[in-house]
Amino acid sequence: MNKKIQTPFTREDARSLKAGDTCLITGVIYTARDAAHKRLCELVAQGRELPMDMRNAIIYFVGPTPAKPGQAIGSAGPTTSYRMDAYSPALIAIGQTGMIGKGKRNAEVIAAMKEYGAVYFGATGGCGALLSKCIKKAEIVAYEDLGAEAIRRLEVEDFPVTVIIDSEGNNLYETGREAYLQSVQGEA
Amino acid sequence: MRNIQATQVTDVVRRLCIEANCHLTDDLKNCISACRACETFPVAQGILDQIIENYQIADTNNVPVCQDTGMACVFVDVGQDVHVEGSLEDAIHEGVKQGYAEGYLRKSVVRDPLDRVNTGDNTPAMIYYNLVPGDQIKITVAPKGFGSENMSQIKMLKPSDGLQGVKDFVLKVVEEAGPNPCPPIVVGVGIGGTFDKAAYLAKKALLRPVDSHHEEPFYADLEDELLEKINALGIGPQGFGGRTTALKVNIEKMPTHIAGLPVAVNINCHVTRHQSEVI
Ligand code: SF4
Repeated sequence: MNKKIQTPFTREDARSLKAGDTCLITGVIYTARDAAHKRLCELVAQGRELPMDMRNAIIYFVGPTPAKPGQAIGSAGPTTSYRMDAYSPALIAIGQTGMIGKGKRNAEVIAAMKEYGAVYFGATGGCGALLSKCIKKAEIVAYEDLGAEAIRRLEVEDFPVTVIIDSEGNNLYETGREAYLQSVQGEA
Repeated sequence: MRNIQATQVTDVVRRLCIEANCHLTDDLKNCISACRACETFPVAQGILDQIIENYQIADTNNVPVCQDTGMACVFVDVGQDVHVEGSLEDAIHEGVKQGYAEGYLRKSVVRDPLDRVNTGDNTPAMIYYNLVPGDQIKITVAPKGFGSENMSQIKMLKPSDGLQGVKDFVLKVVEEAGPNPCPPIVVGVGIGGTFDKAAYLAKKALLRPVDSHHEEPFYADLEDELLEKINALGIGPQGFGGRTTALKVNIEKMPTHIAGLPVAVNINCHVTRHQSEVI
């Protein structure tokens, strides 16, 4: 059963989700990759204002392909998240509640998620053509010079994700694998 | 001597960049479908269904299968009886530049590994030349995403590590990669040669169709054995658990030194792209 999520995504919303839940997100999310994260964290360190409100925000780690005429956005699947590990804790501390990416996260990120109440979602890596269909509108809000890495405001409808790590630190990469291996035990 | 215009090369590279990024090859699609049919774990079935739907959308709409349209790896088999009018190398880079612009592909190349300024046109291509008999040029464009490239490793094993050492290393690389390279993956293994040649062989192995086997039965069996062992790890599609961690293991090997046993593992994802054309 898919859980419906409507942004803004509060800390209470985040705490209600469990690793393995499949969800459909509707509302506004923001894109940012390595270079944009670096700039955002520099602003945080200097105590300056960010180009978007980080409170109750979901950030999607993605660098889309250019939109073809008639498209809202090009192919837009997740990038590998560990490259954002150095930056995510600082953004979670100022209110970010959701991240969408793929792949492992480090202990510092998980600790911040537990402390403040945040969720790490996975979107299916390598499914950028499929995922872009759920993105209805995209506009650049900052760092246009970064091209594919600019920060975009996305309006999404029923964007499919799975909770990989929840706000208690439960991790689908561990539990899912375990469940599969148990399901085939005794076979062959 | 046969004369070929450099502009012909540019045209072919431009077309292949777009084609490879928007359309997976049939062998790969058939392999993904076959794995879907064998998959018993419901979560994994759901992910594989998304992957199939995704490449179907890409086919129908002529859009990139994945947003990481990669570095353009270009393999060029140049017949020794061919003369290219103009610069072959410039023609290839120009083809990449045109293909990535016209195909609405992402520009993912930085001009310097440390100052990291985007070149804006996805050049330079990574070019691998091979001199062959004949009067034709065969060009293969294989866009390589870095989610999977970053999970690749090379190791200089000792000869005494032998076959077991090779198997252990391949499994270790796949285990450490875990969910990061968008499993299900295709695993290219290069064994032998020198440090750099092993890596080259591993990359070249990824060009071989996933329904093929190494021509020597020993290595063909090793490909199957490694695939089975990888798919017993339980990592599964996207790392959410399941049987389908890898779609195929392809091995290439060559002679090496009495003191060495280089092994390289080049990981690719379910978006293993390559398209070829002969001029
Ligand atoms: S690893 Fe492959 S499927 Fe995943 S984002 Fe990179 S190119 Fe795409």
